[in-house]
Amino acid sequence: MEALLEQIFNGVSLGSILLIVALGLSFSFGQMGVINMAHGELIMIGAYTPYFLQSESGWFDGGAAGTAFVVALPLGFLAAGLVGVAMERTLLRRMVGRPLDTLLVTFGVSLILQQAARDTFGAPNVDVVSPTWLTGRWELLGVVMPHRRLFIIALVMLAVAALSAFLATRPEGRRMRAVMQNRDLAEVSGLSTRRVDRTTFFLGSALAGLAGVAVSLVGSVGSQVGTGYIVDAFLVVIVGGLGKLRGAIVGALALGLLNAFSEFWTSASIGKAVVFVAVIAFLQFRPNGLVSFRTRGLVA
Amino acid sequence: MGGELAVDGLCVAYGRTEVLFDVDLLVPSGSLVCLMGRNGVGKSTLLNAVAGLLPRTRGSIRFDGAEVSGVRAHKRARMGIGYVPQGHAVFPQLTAMENLLVVLERAGRSDRSVLDEVLDIFPALATLLDRPAGLLSGGQAKQLAIARALVTRPKLLVLDEPTEGIQPSIIHEIEDTIAALHATTGMTMLLVEQYVEFALRLADRYAVMDGGHIVSAGTTTDVDLTAFNDLLAV
Repeated sequence: MEALLEQIFNGVSLGSILLIVALGLSFSFGQMGVINMAHGELIMIGAYTPYFLQSESGWFDGGAAGTAFVVALPLGFLAAGLVGVAMERTLLRRMVGRPLDTLLVTFGVSLILQQAARDTFGAPNVDVVSPTWLTGRWELLGVVMPHRRLFIIALVMLAVAALSAFLATRPEGRRMRAVMQNRDLAEVSGLSTRRVDRTTFFLGSALAGLAGVAVSLVGSVGSQVGTGYIVDAFLVVIVGGLGKLRGAIVGALALGLLNAFSEFWTSASIGKAVVFVAVIAFLQFRPNGLVSFRTRGLVA
Repeated sequence: MGGELAVDGLCVAYGRTEVLFDVDLLVPSGSLVCLMGRNGVGKSTLLNAVAGLLPRTRGSIRFDGAEVSGVRAHKRARMGIGYVPQGHAVFPQLTAMENLLVVLERAGRSDRSVLDEVLDIFPALATLLDRPAGLLSGGQAKQLAIARALVTRPKLLVLDEPTEGIQPSIIHEIEDTIAALHATTGMTMLLVEQYVEFALRLADRYAVMDGGHIVSAGTTTDVDLTAFNDLLAV
């Protein structure tokens, strides 16, 4: 029983990270047809941000590691967002609607960013100091829940709530949804799709950066820290349905739980295989993902 | 008033396949021009090129005297070209209200009186505002699509087959609406239409397309369209 609950907790914890990573992927593909292989490196940028503040900047010496971590949250968000916008401005906006080209190009960008990180911070992995108020743990029904993982779950819930409020109520959010649903119609209605693309890409990238700051709490940070999440995040996008917030939430939780349980019952590598088989089987029944919008037309 | 559209020697190609050859079309300010022709002769292509969704290979498109062929589509919309494409031209997962708001908001306009005006023109929409546009019927969606274009207060309204796939009683409604709009505002309009009688009732000028050309154009008062029977879908 305790083992079961513990796997549920682990699954939700992993699922929440996958969710916030998958949202960015889902937006950039849904709106611009961009498959962003460099999304993992945006996580990496976020993950190095608290390390940089704590160990390299010298701004937070003398026991201010906790403050540095708090500052890293908005800074990692911003840094990853700006790198994402730079990518969009220089490369991706020339490739709107050409997914295969963007896949190749962003794969290259991914390699460049990883090497840049190794050149800057060295090849060995580094560690981020958790703030003291996150080092404790709760025990509930025999399940040990580290504060760090609870913090990540809360952070993701907050970010997703803010995002969904933004999409539902803000004019910029409405424009994003409009461009995602019908690019040409948005353009002839007077919406600058390029400007909206920039907003979308900033938000998606910045969320990956935020995820990066969060994962620096639960593992060491290296140039490949993002690659571990990116494949699962793509699976979330596929299972959840493209550009759908609700689908991404359910998909991320499902995959997080499936990952946790299959790795618990088998081994890490067999567990991965189980997840892939499950996703392939799922797609036989729901090829459009969990949430697909029904319209009266044949084509959604 | 304004809204004059002058297309001169326009050529448009999809890749290497040329689909429009030397198209000349004049839509004088304040007129209602009806563009006719069978399926596949290039009517929608011409409208897409005017709206800015397709690049031209040669020729010019002038709007109120200004060359717009190099101008991006959203800028043309802001200059006053309102375009209602074929089919369900709505954002399916936005509600009907959001479909109108998203267009209204982009200019940062706080003036919402235009919404009331548009809902006066299409009273049927008023009760459907909370419904996702993808769930509207063909006729309702078409009304919403026209309303969406009107929210921008266009000088030239370009309509691609507003009556396509719509039941006859509503065709008359849409016809009356377009006629009333043209009569009260004097808005310049360019209309693609397959129903010849509908076209002749509304339009003061016509143009007939075939094989990527304009084969005949003029005023509707002195034309015997039976001469074009084989070029029209009758």
